This record gives sequence, structure tokens and C-alpha cells, in this order.
Amino acid sequence: MKFDSKVPGGPLEEKWDKHLKDINLVSPNNKRKYEIIVVGTGLAGGAAAASFAELGYNVRSFCIQDSARRAHSIAAQGGINAAKNYPNDGDSIWRLFYDTIKGGDYRSRESNVYRLSQVSNEIIDQAVAQGVPFAREYGGNLANRSFGGAQVSRTFYARGQTGQQLLLGAYQAMMRQVHKGNIKYHPRHEMLDVVVIDGQARGIITRDLVSGELCRYEADAVVLATGGYGNVFYLSTNAKNSNVTAAWRAHKRGAAFANPCYVQVHPTCIPVSGDYQSKLTLMSESLRNDGRVWVPKEKEDDRHPNEIPEEERYYYLEERYPAFGNLVPRDVASRNAKMVCDDGLGVGETGLAVYLDFRDAIDRDGKDAISAKYGNLFDMYENITGENPYERPMRIYPAVHYTMGGLWVDYNLETTIPGLYAAGEANFSDHGANRLGASALMQGLSDGYFVLPYTIGDYLAKQEPGKRYGTDHDAFQEAENEAQAQIDKLLNIDGNRTIVDFHRTLGKIVWDKIGIARNEEGLKQAIEEIRELREEFWQNVKVPGEKNNYNKYLEFAGRVADFFELAELMAEDALNREESAGCHLREEYQTDEGEALRNDEEYSYVSAWEYKGLNGKLEETLHKENLEFEFVELKQRSYK
Amino acid sequence: MSKEMTIHLKYWKQNGPNDTGHFEEYTLDNVNEHMSFLEMLDVLNEELMLEDKEPVEFDYDCREGICGSCNLVINGQAHGPKQRVAVCQLHMRNYNDGDHVTIEPPRAAAFPVIKDLVVDRSSFDRIIEAGGYVSVKTGSAVEANAIPIEKEKSDAAFDYATCIGCGACVAACPNASASLFTGAKIAHLNKLPQGEVERSNRVVAMVEQMEEEGFGDCSNFAECEAVCPVGISISAIAEMRKDYMKAVVSGE
Repeated sequence: MKFDSKVPGGPLEEKWDKHLKDINLVSPNNKRKYEIIVVGTGLAGGAAAASFAELGYNVRSFCIQDSARRAHSIAAQGGINAAKNYPNDGDSIWRLFYDTIKGGDYRSRESNVYRLSQVSNEIIDQAVAQGVPFAREYGGNLANRSFGGAQVSRTFYARGQTGQQLLLGAYQAMMRQVHKGNIKYHPRHEMLDVVVIDGQARGIITRDLVSGELCRYEADAVVLATGGYGNVFYLSTNAKNSNVTAAWRAHKRGAAFANPCYVQVHPTCIPVSGDYQSKLTLMSESLRNDGRVWVPKEKEDDRHPNEIPEEERYYYLEERYPAFGNLVPRDVASRNAKMVCDDGLGVGETGLAVYLDFRDAIDRDGKDAISAKYGNLFDMYENITGENPYERPMRIYPAVHYTMGGLWVDYNLETTIPGLYAAGEANFSDHGANRLGASALMQGLSDGYFVLPYTIGDYLAKQEPGKRYGTDHDAFQEAENEAQAQIDKLLNIDGNRTIVDFHRTLGKIVWDKIGIARNEEGLKQAIEEIRELREEFWQNVKVPGEKNNYNKYLEFAGRVADFFELAELMAEDALNREESAGCHLREEYQTDEGEALRNDEEYSYVSAWEYKGLNGKLEETLHKENLEFEFVELKQRSYK
Repeated sequence: MSKEMTIHLKYWKQNGPNDTGHFEEYTLDNVNEHMSFLEMLDVLNEELMLEDKEPVEFDYDCREGICGSCNLVINGQAHGPKQRVAVCQLHMRNYNDGDHVTIEPPRAAAFPVIKDLVVDRSSFDRIIEAGGYVSVKTGSAVEANAIPIEKEKSDAAFDYATCIGCGACVAACPNASASLFTGAKIAHLNKLPQGEVERSNRVVAMVEQMEEEGFGDCSNFAECEAVCPVGISISAIAEMRKDYMKAVVSGE
């Protein structure tokens, strides 16, 4: 397998512009002869589908939800970064780039991150033009705030619903093209396989989730914008339907999967209350701008938090990280929460929570000011827990939130299968080992609006216009047969354990052993346990209903089957990476102060895994894409 | 310690749009007060499947009140008894031991049943398709601060823009009107300078599409506002009517 990142030469600042000058264009007359499939309608997929259609390509858009507007990007709360420097506080394209590289603990590609930073400003312009109602100052200009670990205020936001507003912008742009007939729109369709002919992606197999029918679609290029794999943990902040199936099945057809062990755990989620829990709810980390994180200094202090005097509170982030305090990056905040809970200082019924306290902010700014900033988050918290955060500190605990790993892509966002592209959270490209707050929306929209529309043209320009193999080609037939066989197999097992039961058990293994902190012994155990449970799944799972009908549990069964395979690869990847980097903390590799200790000599590479087969155990070959740092100096991250 | 309850459920089963459908009943013991309503249905389905019975299908995704997938009608109320939340954010602490709970899909001609509690809301997509956007191509935008917008106006636009497209407004309306949904998008865009150019065309196209989909007219019952999980004000409907009249009278 060839790993050419195709990064253009020259100075960092000029790479993207140079690339745009060099790449091929498709003439307006020819554009209508090409068809592009876009799977997923979140920020990356929605933006890409709309932009391709505006250019004149024929687009087919697929999503598993009943409407494109429901993709999980909608749930992003906090904001979107851009290097506008409106507050005049010293921000720049370089600084946003540098912060992102550093935040990712030097495990991402300089060139991709710099480009992301460059196009960030255009995203804001585009969104405002679409009517996205970002927060504004009284003078009528856009407002900014500081967010998760940034020392400048570069985050644009729409109250606590930034993802929703940006997604609706992309969705509306997409629906405009649906109306014009430039996009053929297929909601409630799940991609089950990618069809590869002569080494190129030529189409997909989908299941119509209403009729259960398998369908074949041919195209000149396929974009997967199908999100991340956080639901491998069962409990995460992802939407219930978020899954890895499209990416994983592409992986099994030859697309390398990069850095699967890089999983971000978000520090400010509402703690688990019981076994019936189906998902975790995140509260924007913008809360850390005004909330103070603490635990009681004494173990098993069961006093009401308001009765614990100041000197008996341990503000552990402020004490350990005086420069950044409560605004340390997500991985640092999550790890410290786990550490204090492991030390027995956790609060609440389960002891798996820390306080996030707004008392001082309310005293300083008044209840109204705090309510204006965080009102909807406070209401959400009260609704779920039955406790009023204006009167008693919130209880929070980390939860899996975002996956930095994903399909390996080159500078053009093309996977190792020519003609197959991956965008947004589905690719591995920009966040290294840890993503900064308010950067996911930026990356999704950057990929969709401002990268793919150019790079996919470069690929299409080299393809014969209008070339069709026909969907009765053997490759389509085989892919459909395989998808059908798996569905039949799942329905015929008729075992004794439910899908949810298997998924929850898998999730617990992954959380305990491939979660916030990992070690060699635990990872090896995880691999054994995953294999055993996967074996049992295929013999004892109970999948109800029929294949030719609406059947949500059947959909879930297929997704859980893929999570079982991915989980093993995550453990393999974490085991291989004998260093700590960003969110990947190997307990064997820490500084004396308990900080992540990188090994740049040996591990300054992207792990790209090539699928070789599954025979009781997953067989994968590791390829290494070395990361060259020409423009930044590698430093040990320190937020002290 | 958290409270546990027995809940008597009665839920709608319907195998496709052409089936007449019927209610089934089931009693769940050990319902924890901290469960969400949908988690209670998850538990119901686990029990049904282990008893070799067919689970009940319902739509859901984010389970944090923002995606708009869930849209159950509970004891006759869209999204259940608690105001300003989607059903995924309704928790069982709002119920008492021994309560009887009836669960139905939203009933409207424009929302045909797919299965059980799952309905087809693609009519909402088609209303947006008709004009719920600003026609600006990728790359053609002006600098974001080039057009200042009064904070009050921008905030008002935001309030309308928060619609999650769940369809509770339709379910609650005696006429099964989609006026709140349609009005909210029109009011969001028409409040902003970016939406001004297409103001008249947008309102006419969207209102016509709404009628074509088979939604009823608005008779000011205001049931929609009462059940809206994000609190969209019926002033959206007034805005829509005002703009519609202006557009039609001026013949634009």
C-alpha cells in the first residue's frame, strides 16, 4: 500500500495556494457528466453536497436519519474557531495553526492544519451570508469568546447551539440544490459497502431503512462524511445512531484506517446515573470559562457542597495548572478528573463526578449575566439531574466525545482507495492526538465547503466523463451479496442476548481498558475479551423482526458487529504506540508530574492500518506515515 | 436513593401506512425516576425481545433535545407533560407509581406512519426546499462584519432559528397545520438583511408548499406554541402572514 500524502512543496503559507494553481479543473460542460456520492449530511457532508451541486456536478446525498438536518453535527454547542482576530488580541492564521498543532500534541500534518487555519475565516463569511445568527455585540458586529485552552478569543458562537445553526445553514444550502434537481436526496438510507472496480471507488450499496431493500448506486467519486466512532464505547455523547459502519466497510475494501486509538474524552458531561443509561450528555466546555472545578479535600465528605468551606475545597486544575487553570485542554481536564476520582475524592452517589461551581461567577457578574451565557445549558442540566446549578454546583464527569482517528487521507482528503474521499470526523486529518474545542465545526466545514470542491475536481478531471460500468457489474453484485449475507446471518442466529446487552458489555471493556488511560497489560486483556465477546455475539445475539421492513434493531446489529472489529484495532493501535500523546495516555509513559510523555524519535508518525482479514482475530498491517515538522519546533506540552 | 415505579404502558403498533394499527399494553416494573422516557422505552423493548415479542419502533437520535427526531404523543400531549422539552429530555421523575401512559405517533395526513410510532416527515424537508434558505453559493460571501446587524434583530432571528423540526406543532394543532414550523424559518431569514432579497419569493413558495403537502390552515389555537420544545413563539405565524400578504398584494 502506498502512502503518499501529496503535500505540495514550498513554504507553509504558500502550499494551498500553490496547490490550487497546480490542480486540474473540470470544464463547466463536463461537470454535469460526473456524479458524486456523498454519504452523510453533517457539516462536512452537507457542505460538500451543496458545494458540489453549486459547481454543476450531479450529486447523490445519503443519510441514515429521516432528514439531513438531523445529522449529529447539530448537537455541537460551544462554537467555531476562526483566525479573524476581530478582538485584536493577537490572533492570526499562524497562531490558530500553531495552537492546533500543539493542542494535537504534534501528531498531525503541518500542511493540513495550516490550510484549515487559512480557510477558517471564509467559513465565518459563508455562514453569516447564509443567515446563521451568530452572537453579536451591541454595535452589530460579531461577538467572540475564548474557548477550551485558547489564550485568544477566536470562537464564534450562536448561544449554546452553534452546531445546530451551522448545520441548518449547510442543510438549507443543500435543500436549495435538491429543489433545483442537482442533488438527489436519499434520507433513511444506510451505506453498507463501497464498490471498488479496477482499484477505484465506483459506487455504494445502501439499505433503504424503510423498505429494507438493498440498493446499488454508481458514481465517479464517493465521499464519506459519516462521522466518528465514539459509540464503540456504548456510552458516549454521540447520537444513538452515530456509527462506524460506512468507514469500517470502506476500510475492509482497502481504505487504510489511521490512529484509531486517538479518542477524545470530554471533561464536562453529566455523570452516569444507572445501567439503563443510553447516552451521555455533554455540556459545552465554555462552562469552564466561568465555572470553577473542585472536589472536597477530604475523602467521603458527604456534606452539601455549599457547606464545604473554601479552605476545604481542592481546586485541582487551578492549583496544578496556574497559567491555564480551568481552561486546560480537554485531555488534561479529563485525566485530572479521573485522577481525583481514582483517589477517592469524587462526589455524588457513584463517586464518579467532580463539581463545576458557578457561585463565584454569579457573585461577580450577577445571575442574569450567567444566565444569558449559559441559560440553556443550566436548564438542560436541571432537567436531566433534577438539581438547580444556580444554587448548587453541577456534577460533571468525562465522557467519550470525539474521535481524532479515522480513515487515512492525503492532502486532497482522498483515502488509499482512489476516488474515495473522507471528510469531517470520519477522516483523521487535522487534530492529531487531541482536538481543540470549537475546531470540529471548523474542520467539517473546511473540508466540505473549501477543500473537497477543489480537490475532487482534480481527480474527476483525470476520469473519462460519463464512463459507466453499470450497476449489474460483478463488483456491485458481489458487494450486495455480501451485505445481504450478513443481514441474513444476523437474523438467523436467534440467540439469547440482546444487541444492547452485547454493545454495553463491549463498551465497558473499551472504556475500562482503551479509555482515558491505557497500559500494556490492560490492552492485551482487552483484545482477548473483545475476541471472546465477538465470538459469542455471532452465536448468541438476538435480532428481532424482518429484513424487508423498518427494523431499527437490525440496523444496530450490523453497526455493533463493526464496532466489535474496530475495538480490536483500537487496542492494537494503542498497544503499538509506546508513548503518550494527547488523548492517548499510556501509563508506562508519563513524566514525573503525571503528564503525557511523547517519544518523538520513534513515534512521530501516523499509524495507518491496512485490513488483511478476520479469522477469529483481526489481521491488519501497520504502515507509518512519518510526520515531518519543518515549521514548528516540537515541545513538551505544558499548561502549567 | 432513587425512586422506582410501576408504569402501565399502552402503545401504538402499526405495520406500515396501509395497516389499520392497534394499541398494545405492557406493564413495566422497576422504572427508575432518573430514566429518560426513551430509556424507559429501551427497557420495554429489551423485555419484549427477550419474551420473543416484536419491539415497538420509535424515532430518536441525539437524545439531548436538539436533533428533532423524537416526536411521541404521550397521553394526548406532543412530547408529554413537561413543557419546553423534547420527549428525549422528559424524565420519569415526572410520573408517579402506577401511572397509565398512552403513547401514539403524531397524527397528521402529511405525516404518514412508517411503522408503529415512526412517521414520515419528509414534507418538512420539501417546505424548506421551496425557499427556506438564502441563495448564496459557497465562496461568494462578503466579509462577515461587512454588514452589521442590530443585536436585538439578530437575537430575534436566532429565537426563530432554533426550531428543531420535530413536528410537535403539527401533532398538537387541531388542523394539523405546519404554520409554526414554516413561519419560524420565514421569520428567521426575513429578520436578517441576508434574507431580505428573497423575502417575498420565499414566503410565497414556502406557504404554497405547506398547503400542497396537506397541512391544515392556522386558526390561532396556539396549541403549537404550547408544545414547542424550544419555545418558538406564534409571532412567527404573524410574521409569515404579514410577509405573505405584502408579497401577494404587491404582486412581487
